[in-house]
Amino acid sequence: MKTKSDIIQITGFSIIRLLTFFILIFLIFFLGYIFKNGVSAISIEFLTEMPRNEMTEGGIFPAVLGTFYLMMGSSIVSIPIGVITAIYLTEYAKNPMIVKIIRLGINNLAGVPSVIFGLFGLSFFVIFLEFGTSILAGSLTLGLLNLPVIIRSTEEALQTVPDTYREASLSLGATKWQTIYKAVLPSALPGIMTGIMLSLGRAAGETAPIMFTAAAFFSPDLPSSIFDEVMTLPYHIYVMATAGTHIQATRHIQYGTAIILISLVLVLNTTGLILRYRIRKNMNR
Amino acid sequence: MLLRKKQNKSYSLIFDYLIEKSFLIISITSLLILFAIMLFLIKEGIPLFKDVGIFDFIFGKEWYPVSDNIRLGIFPLIISSIYITILASIIAIPISLATAIYIAEISKGKVKEIIKSLIEIIASIPSVVIGFLGMVVVAPFLIKNFNINSGLNLLNASLLLAFTAIPTITSISEDAISSIPMSLKEASFALGANKWQTVVRIVIPASLSGIWTAIILGISRIIGETMIVLMVAGGAAVIPKSIFDPVRPLTSNVAAEMAEAAVGGIHYRALFAIGIILFIITFIFNITADYLSNKYKFKNK
Repeated sequence: MKTKSDIIQITGFSIIRLLTFFILIFLIFFLGYIFKNGVSAISIEFLTEMPRNEMTEGGIFPAVLGTFYLMMGSSIVSIPIGVITAIYLTEYAKNPMIVKIIRLGINNLAGVPSVIFGLFGLSFFVIFLEFGTSILAGSLTLGLLNLPVIIRSTEEALQTVPDTYREASLSLGATKWQTIYKAVLPSALPGIMTGIMLSLGRAAGETAPIMFTAAAFFSPDLPSSIFDEVMTLPYHIYVMATAGTHIQATRHIQYGTAIILISLVLVLNTTGLILRYRIRKNMNR
Repeated sequence: MLLRKKQNKSYSLIFDYLIEKSFLIISITSLLILFAIMLFLIKEGIPLFKDVGIFDFIFGKEWYPVSDNIRLGIFPLIISSIYITILASIIAIPISLATAIYIAEISKGKVKEIIKSLIEIIASIPSVVIGFLGMVVVAPFLIKNFNINSGLNLLNASLLLAFTAIPTITSISEDAISSIPMSLKEASFALGANKWQTVVRIVIPASLSGIWTAIILGISRIIGETMIVLMVAGGAAVIPKSIFDPVRPLTSNVAAEMAEAAVGGIHYRALFAIGIILFIITFIFNITADYLSNKYKFKNK
């Protein structure tokens, strides 16, 4: 016989199951919808050709290239600073007050809305340092935005390295730096790669920070220096979907670009997550 | 020979010292950037208040930045942001908590890992793609089912923002729920409580500060989200009367108008002043979340 509390339990857990599956079905429907509508636009030419005829035909090569440049550029900024900060916080820092303050800065930086990074990039890199709307200004802005991502995953990776590694190295007469460089970093590398993958995915997908610092609506030529502005995948989707006179006629290009962007981000993130999953699994052994 | 070895040793110690100090300096970068962001927002935004009073700016009901008779009142933008945030939170919080409870208390093994990964995938979808989906899926759906003229409105934006906040709230709450010690649950079972009663009366109350941290960070993310509201909120700078009215939140207003604002002009300054307000709001939320999560860590020890 079922009592009242049994019935409440069954109902409660059913609602929880329902809500969980509802959101997952939503996700699958969303991704499926984009792929169903955009797959016909995808071809090798779509990736390698220039846009033609006021961007109503042809490919998205400049946007692919631009996104690639910004991913590389932002990594050059975020990886060294991020990894070094994480090394300092986990391996060197002894003063808890300094750690607390630095960490407060990182947490708050992570919470700053991306559009504010855009404003900062505009006023500091584009105008104050006179970089102009350029790959350089966009890469710096995205690099700063990604700092907390790299710091957090590197910290997590360093914390998973057992202390016995450090002790063994130190007892052999190695200095602190030699220990970190030769014993700790190599075994933390997969975890650091996770952070790099996640940050690359973010650099590829963010739009608001590059709108006023790097992105071009349309540029007839490919960028030739880091002071040129670029077309990018996310900005291309935005302008094609909201501006201009051919919004309906270019839907297939919008869907196609969205597929390329999602695929890029998903590949990067999945690689990162698989790496992290493996590390955690090894840890639990 | 021995002397040389000693010298080598001291060189590497000096090297070590230099590395430690230079790493410290580099570590301060994040903090410096945070200050630089504040500094440049203030530098570009504060001069606005020589021309427009703070009170008129915040409570002014008209936003006409480019006309002969310029009006710079952001009250409709603030109200838009607040409405969207409230509606999105109402949608996102129950779903996220349910998902977190599902992952932590019901699912096991492979299913658990798959659901966790799917939630992380939601977090990784670029916001411009979600905004695009709002335009091609949600907007036509709303027009068809609610008999309205435009699907780009407060409801559409809130639905999509809820979708983007779900991974944040879910994963942080799930961490909090999972960290509740087994002994607490076993004590509840031993007293004859069933699983549901244990979850509702023991597990959730015990992980409440972690859940609050999650909710606050989720809300902070909703407030700061830009591309989605820029694409699907409709863009009208008026105080909305229903959830089907178009709105223009603070973030989308900055993104939409920055390109056309002349550098150093009054419009440009007003957009940076909006940036200051956004920064202050999200800063308060983040500090609160930080405080709560530290308190919660302490409790677990």
